[in-house]
Amino acid sequence: MIITRRGGAFAVLLLASGLLQAAGNADRGATIVMQGEGQGGAPCLACHGNDGAGNDGAGFPRLAGLNAGYLAAQLRDYREGRRTNVIMAPNAAHLSDQQIEDVAAYYAMQNVVAKPAEQPADLLAQGEKLVKQGDWDNYIVPCETCHGPGAQGVGATFPGLSGQHPSYLRQQLEAWKNGTRTNDPNQLMLAIAARLSDEQIQAVSAYLSQLPTSGGKP
Amino acid sequence: MKPRFYAVALLSAASLPVMSAPSVPVELPEYKEGQYVHQAPTLDDLMNDQALNPKLREVILKGRDLFMNTQQKRGEYVFNDMNCKSCHMGEGRMNWSGPVWPAATTLPDFRGKNQHVNSLEERIAGCFSFSMNGQPPEYGSDDMLALVAYHQWLAKGAKVYETNIGGRGFSSLGREPEQGADYDRGAQVYADNCAVCHGDDGQGQHKDGKVVFPPLWGDHSYNWGAGMARVFTAASFIKNNMPLGKPGSLTDQQAWDVALFVNSHERPQDPRYTGDAKETREKYSNFHKWTRYGTEFNGQILGQHDNTGDKPFLKPDVLRPRTFE
Ligand code: HEC
Ligand code: HEC
Ligand code: HEC
Ligand code: HEC
Repeated sequence: MIITRRGGAFAVLLLASGLLQAAGNADRGATIVMQGEGQGGAPCLACHGNDGAGNDGAGFPRLAGLNAGYLAAQLRDYREGRRTNVIMAPNAAHLSDQQIEDVAAYYAMQNVVAKPAEQPADLLAQGEKLVKQGDWDNYIVPCETCHGPGAQGVGATFPGLSGQHPSYLRQQLEAWKNGTRTNDPNQLMLAIAARLSDEQIQAVSAYLSQLPTSGGKP
Repeated sequence: MKPRFYAVALLSAASLPVMSAPSVPVELPEYKEGQYVHQAPTLDDLMNDQALNPKLREVILKGRDLFMNTQQKRGEYVFNDMNCKSCHMGEGRMNWSGPVWPAATTLPDFRGKNQHVNSLEERIAGCFSFSMNGQPPEYGSDDMLALVAYHQWLAKGAKVYETNIGGRGFSSLGREPEQGADYDRGAQVYADNCAVCHGDDGQGQHKDGKVVFPPLWGDHSYNWGAGMARVFTAASFIKNNMPLGKPGSLTDQQAWDVALFVNSHERPQDPRYTGDAKETREKYSNFHKWTRYGTEFNGQILGQHDNTGDKPFLKPDVLRPRTFE
């Protein structure tokens, strides 16, 4: 009977968070990406590209191939103020639940081949170690343990990091460290980010940006 | 210019406590007075040790690889979703995460679980038979030698026969909670803190067929004879290691409650099963008095079944008494 009670609570939670919306429609999502959400917001492609490639120099994340559930959750967080960013938040402010699902479905299906900038070999070696072995003496759990093999992501909770732009990865890790990103479940990511030194953040961001993305899975 | 800079520096120093950077503490128990503490060497130490014969280094690395990715032997030695490092976290070298090196410095010794003097190989075989729901590599085989070499390497520099070891095993919370553990409270702790990784159904999570988050019960978890099936062992493990990345964040009571909840679920049969769970519980009461095996729960006797998980047999041949007669 425990199971039923928990199941019931879970369904209510799903409803409240909008996950029971009709599944996202990528074609409708494409319209939002190209033309905006119809309420004066900028089209997403202006920053993320129509293929979701993003832009390293400008700090616009790659969205292509990220899990649709993860993308949608982040958009809801921006809209509802749980995740703040002056450049991005206004673009999510007027999205309806359905539009969020649609645009998430669209970007999740894109598949861009990342062409990352070259990085110094010693930095890459240090980054690889953190991703695969962690640094247990400072209780830094290997990134792969949560973000999955090749840091390609696990479900809607643990986003893929492989092939992401290094500037964006750095920004996010710093945002956790300085308290400006707080939307992770149970502070799971804060725990790790707060223990990373600046040098480790550089190294891990450089290495992750070179890894192949999972890409293009709806 | 200078005075102004000075003022700014002062101001930011003064505001530090208020603006202090957010973090999640790592709260591990204190070592007790007089305990021996060993910091096991790292992979870097292994790679940089010039005195080590390169062949030996290769064998130690092979042992490490088997320890970290035991799933490479799925269907041969391992029949569940575990790696050795699933419980002996941080490469088997972390204190409070069941560091494995003490087995290399304290064995051969008498072991209560099987009532005879055990070697290091036999200790490793124990975790294969119960925790991994499997069958150990042959004694003296290349794989067993590699594992032994890894354990012994981790013990480098540690005191032989010293048994008062800080951070050893999983028993920091003692044998029983001050206030009884509660299943319903445990279910809530689980839903709030564990399900995000181990799943609502406790079956863990997989990605492209690979285990990412291991299951806590069911066919692909540790079996009823595993040390982790004891509520006190699981409670101490959880307290000092889970939720992942946040050791010590649960209260002791939460750790006891969730340990009871996890260990009230079905799992593969104890390899020592006699055909009757209550009888098996009695026969191995020094172990099972700490588990729920062979007791009634929700109208069922836990462990009264023939399910051995993916393992096509009940008992590996190596589990046998020694008498030295
Ligand atoms: C003016 C530029 C700009 C526009 C237009 C824009 N974004 Fe963003 N987006 C950003 C920036 C910058 C970030 C990173 C913000 C941060 O640090 O939190 C971001 C982050 C995101 C993220 C989080 C990604 C992650 O990995 O967590 C999602 C999802 C996203 N944007 C979706 C969209 C969608 C959908 C649209 C169109 C409706 C859109 N963005 C329009 C600049 C933009
Ligand atoms: C204990 C589990 C855990 C570990 C270990 C972990 N992460 Fe995370 N990470 C998370 C979770 C959960 C999120 C999603 C946060 C959210 O939903 O806002 C996340 C998100 C991130 C993000 C933001 C991605 C995006 O698209 O915005 C970055 C960057 C990141 N992690 C980097 C790392 C790095 C680097 C490591 C290894 C040093 C690491 N993580 C280890 C749990 C973990
Ligand atoms: C399901 C969890 C689990 C898994 C998986 C597991 N073990 Fe263990 N292991 C334990 C527990 C519990 C103990 C007993 C700790 C205690 O005494 O409190 C233990 C003890 C040990 C010890 C003795 C340590 C000492 O202090 O003397 C060794 C050696 C060991 N394990 C090796 C292994 C090896 C090798 C593997 C993989 C083949 C493995 N374990 C897999 C749970 C596990
Ligand atoms: C962020 C993800 C995460 C969370 C949250 C988490 N675990 Fe774990 N847990 C893991 C991983 C990963 C391992 C295996 C360790 C490794 O591979 O490094 C593990 C191992 C275990 C094990 C031993 C192996 C097994 O499968 O039996 C137990 C028991 C366990 N966790 C219980 C819990 C409990 C109880 C909670 C909640 C209080 C919890 N975990 C929360 C990720 C998590």
